[in-house]
Amino acid sequence: MDNLARKKESGDKTILFDLSQTTVREMNQFLHHDLEKEKLGSVKITHPDGAHNIAVGLDAPVNVDIEGHAGYFCAGMNKQAHVTIHGNVGWSVAENIMSGLVRVKGFASESAAASGHGGTVIIERDASLRCGISMKGVDIVVGGSVGNFSAFMAQAGHLVICGDAGDGLGDSIYEAVIYVRGKIKSLGADAQIESMTDDDHRILKDLLARAGFGYEPKEFKKVASARGLYHWNADANQEY
Amino acid sequence: MCGIVGLLVKNPAMRDELGKLMLPMLIGMTERGPDSAGLAVFGDKLAKGKIKFNLFTLSSEFDWKAFEKAFDHHFGSHAELNIKGRHAILLTSVQWESVREWLVQDYRHQLTILCVGNSMDIYKDIGTPEQVANRYDFSKLHGTHLVGHTRMATESAVTPQHAHPFTAGHDFCLVHNGSLSNPYSIRKKLEPLGIRFVTDNDTEAACRFLEWRMREGDTLEEALKAGFEELDGFYTFLIGTEDKLALVRDPFACKPAVVAENDDYVAISSEFRSLARLPDIKNARLFEPAPEELYVWTI
Repeated sequence: MDNLARKKESGDKTILFDLSQTTVREMNQFLHHDLEKEKLGSVKITHPDGAHNIAVGLDAPVNVDIEGHAGYFCAGMNKQAHVTIHGNVGWSVAENIMSGLVRVKGFASESAAASGHGGTVIIERDASLRCGISMKGVDIVVGGSVGNFSAFMAQAGHLVICGDAGDGLGDSIYEAVIYVRGKIKSLGADAQIESMTDDDHRILKDLLARAGFGYEPKEFKKVASARGLYHWNADANQEY
Repeated sequence: MCGIVGLLVKNPAMRDELGKLMLPMLIGMTERGPDSAGLAVFGDKLAKGKIKFNLFTLSSEFDWKAFEKAFDHHFGSHAELNIKGRHAILLTSVQWESVREWLVQDYRHQLTILCVGNSMDIYKDIGTPEQVANRYDFSKLHGTHLVGHTRMATESAVTPQHAHPFTAGHDFCLVHNGSLSNPYSIRKKLEPLGIRFVTDNDTEAACRFLEWRMREGDTLEEALKAGFEELDGFYTFLIGTEDKLALVRDPFACKPAVVAENDDYVAISSEFRSLARLPDIKNARLFEPAPEELYVWTI
């Protein structure tokens, strides 16, 4: 591995990758195969410069700091790892996340946390269209607003939106729950506003605390499924 | 898939470096578009009464010297010809309609007219973005703004004519990432109005539609709004006119775009990675353009 332009920072268990010197593939292979062997606790990645696939497929209890803007699929399929992007991300950050934490300090482009099964994704600024599409258990907290068609076909987990939501929020939603602090441009088919229960307040308080956002649960409204699409209705004539 | 790039320099001192600044942006989009590349660059306006044609020949054997002589003989007026391989810029004070008719009559099998106008030049060809950039010395280009494109063809042939930018009218061009689903119905609407098409490419239909709206009296902004109603499909469009750069995304924002802006420039690309080499990019304001919104910058 000496050909990799990486170095251990003196005295601790951090390894540094400079992506102006190392390819994403070399780095990801190290993170997949050698991280635990070398008993490293944290990884710092410099000069990401919008490269795709940074830190995908991690499965180790490690802290990863990406010092700049990342491209598509950053931290996809994450397990255990805590990944922080100190910048913006492209499409599909934390796609199919299983566990662990992914925090984006800037904004996230389309399809953030798409299909996520577990873990937590925090986006400090806005998330673009289709945030949380087909989410299956992940908790997503967005500090800003989300674009159109967010939480489309969301099956399980929570989507917290501290700003506004675009068109078609929660279209065809199953058992996921959405909390929105700002305005909702429009709800999607089968999504409805429901009253907040004590459990909602408790869950939301915990999510906001984990994200580090100082809002109160009482500022939010809840969006969940009206469950009208669970059974096919031939008489509906495609009008939902 | 395709890549689009755009750059408008606000700081006049950077105009001489326009090509140099853009080059890593275009080459950075090679993975999105490896089969052809092109750009339109806008510079100083020609003196009144002058017009220029950007020409491209499919034959490496084409005799530009004989062509120049034939022009002088036909019009009784000397044309300035700036030749770079298969590309040439013809500068003349002869009325542009006459020149176009002569080119179509006598050279339609040998030459393609890439554009007509007094501030825009277009270079486009097949090959990787780096190969095309080297072929036409993109790094030496200067001007106020440009739009560029890297193509991965999905719906029509890979030829220099099918590469982007597309142009219509004078000093107007468009590059496209995406695919339209109704280019033929647009074409059927425009052809009876006397609008001629050069290729079967979907982007050409969008380009000619928008330019037609503007000839009918729409502003660029009004034409783009009409485009939201008329053009069906997926698109991020970047449009260049002699003094403007405009960006729009379809209502579903199916194709990407990111913008970086500071006091010196506005830079647009399909992906951030091709903006990463721009000067002082760390302090630029970065944002993702929203679907069905107009973004227009003026030089």
